[in-house]
Amino acid sequence: MSGARDAILAALRKNAPATVALPGFPEGMRYPDPPAQFLESVRAVGGASLRVAGAGDLDAALASLPVWAGARSAVSLVPGAGRSTVDLAAISDPHELEGLEVAAIRGSLGVAENGAVWVSGRDLGPHRAVFVIVEHLVLVVNAADVVSNMQEAYARIDLERPGYGLFIAGPSKTADIEQALVIGAHGARSCTVIVVG
Amino acid sequence: MNNFHARRAAAFAGDVPHAHWHDTALWFVRVKRDRGAASVPEWEGLRDAAAGIKAHTLSRLADYLEEFERNAQANGIEVHWARDGAEHNRIVGEILERRGVKLVAKSKSMLTEECGLNPYLEARGIEIVDTDLGERIVQLAGEPPSHIVMPAIHKKKEEIGELFHDKIGTAPGLSDPKVLTEAARQHLRRKFLGAQAGLSGVNFAIAETGGIVVVTNEGNADMGTSLPPVHVASMGVEKVIPRARDLGIFLRLLARSATGQPLSTYTTHFHGPLRGGELHVVVVDNGRSAILGREPFRRSLSCIRCGACLNTCPVYRRSGGYSYSYLIPGPIGSVLGPQRDPVAHASLPFASSLCGSCSDVCPVKIDLHHELLALREALVDEKVLSPGKRLGMRVTGFVLRHPALYRAGGRVVRWLLRTAPGALRLGPGGVWARQREFPEAPGETFRDLWKREGAGRAP
Repeated sequence: MSGARDAILAALRKNAPATVALPGFPEGMRYPDPPAQFLESVRAVGGASLRVAGAGDLDAALASLPVWAGARSAVSLVPGAGRSTVDLAAISDPHELEGLEVAAIRGSLGVAENGAVWVSGRDLGPHRAVFVIVEHLVLVVNAADVVSNMQEAYARIDLERPGYGLFIAGPSKTADIEQALVIGAHGARSCTVIVVG
Repeated sequence: MNNFHARRAAAFAGDVPHAHWHDTALWFVRVKRDRGAASVPEWEGLRDAAAGIKAHTLSRLADYLEEFERNAQANGIEVHWARDGAEHNRIVGEILERRGVKLVAKSKSMLTEECGLNPYLEARGIEIVDTDLGERIVQLAGEPPSHIVMPAIHKKKEEIGELFHDKIGTAPGLSDPKVLTEAARQHLRRKFLGAQAGLSGVNFAIAETGGIVVVTNEGNADMGTSLPPVHVASMGVEKVIPRARDLGIFLRLLARSATGQPLSTYTTHFHGPLRGGELHVVVVDNGRSAILGREPFRRSLSCIRCGACLNTCPVYRRSGGYSYSYLIPGPIGSVLGPQRDPVAHASLPFASSLCGSCSDVCPVKIDLHHELLALREALVDEKVLSPGKRLGMRVTGFVLRHPALYRAGGRVVRWLLRTAPGALRLGPGGVWARQREFPEAPGETFRDLWKREGAGRAP
């Protein structure tokens, strides 16, 4: 298909206007207490949020969550926190994750303005589908890794190449039927974010 | 064809309660957008930056696409090029057939609608399931989307309950959006688990890193592309942006403009295939390079498909997506459609009051209402207007060039308004008065007022 490629690029070059310079970037708004704003923003996008003092409190925090405590199957991808009932490494096909009730995953960054958590593919274990196929999701973020806005977020995100990564802001949702907001479209039905520190 | 929009709009507006409901539903989204925009103090700065980045990128589109291709290939992504919809469909079809794919889960992509991908694949025995809830609803109903972000915004929940009963075997009489959404989740979960490939659109392609970004609220793009080993993503040439950090600008604008959310739920960055799988990106021109060469219309290529111009448009809200002859409705579609076929879409530039609200809400500052006006001028030059409209424009032009005639005409109309308003309804003004009353005739014209008072006071 190099014929198509060359034809398209030639047409784009022929029709391009004179070069326009890149603009400068506006400053993003900053919050006096980004972690506090982040906890609030997570709730505003349909999630739940709580804060614990240190990593040592994570087990207790997970145990206090009904979605975690009541789950028949659970996976923790957060080092040193929670107990997995499923060994992801022993699963060869991600389709087998269907029915998994809860997963705890480490986020590398939180964004105060919108409650989003950056999850790197490296923290998703052997099957990246885990965050979306699971019924309930728990994300863990360090307070020190919460930034105010998306400009700051992209300044810090490490886009692994080749790789995979995403922002998750709250639970899966839709408003496609008469604009009525319904939580739990195709992905996780709930999203709890735990801020550590 | 020339009065396509007016005829369809009249039929839509004829069902007054439904038209009012549609108007209100979209206004609700517009209000949410306003709240989202107002929550960001630097909103206008973001719009300026976004417009500037897009203008820069469009001026060097070929360079950035080459850079994207090079970096994407280094990430293990296969990049394909398609001059038009037919070439795009052939490429996608070949990838799927090579892998023996029989069932495909697709997330939202207006480009695949533009290319007619679904019927193409279906004719080759491949089942293609639209997995965005709104898209699945219109797919089951055998209809195109009526809005680019909310494809089933024209349907009432009772209608959707009936459709689901009919097509996916839910109990009769359902109308609770929660229950209907859960039924769709179960139905589509089976499709996701059975699909051998996932298709998606592309919201942004990053030249610097060779990755693509796909945004959804439902998680359907992630479900569709994280289970099966094959992912095919289709993008228009205009989707490329220079750097990853530009996303910090665009993403802050996109969801707030679309639905008022600060960010969509899932913003997924693909910089390579699923472990052991394949990721194909099909870069499609299909008329975009021609639009790039057309000032003032090239700015329409900056569109990030948020739908804000639809939600705010008084004409779209009151006439519905199916009144537009192009698959993208509303102001942006009325600019893009006539670029493809000025004759077939000749009524679209007139489906606007030129109030300018579309340009005001556009996150990338496309001058939509100016482009619509420019399209009207182009249509006049191409002589595709109806004889009635041409005559009307000629008469109006003549009257406006002859002040005495204009004044005399004004006197006649004011006299008619006072003595026989019914007579005016018989003339061309009747269309105007179909859903509203004529105003009271003023006792004194502005000209009289000016002669009596204004001129003396002028500095």
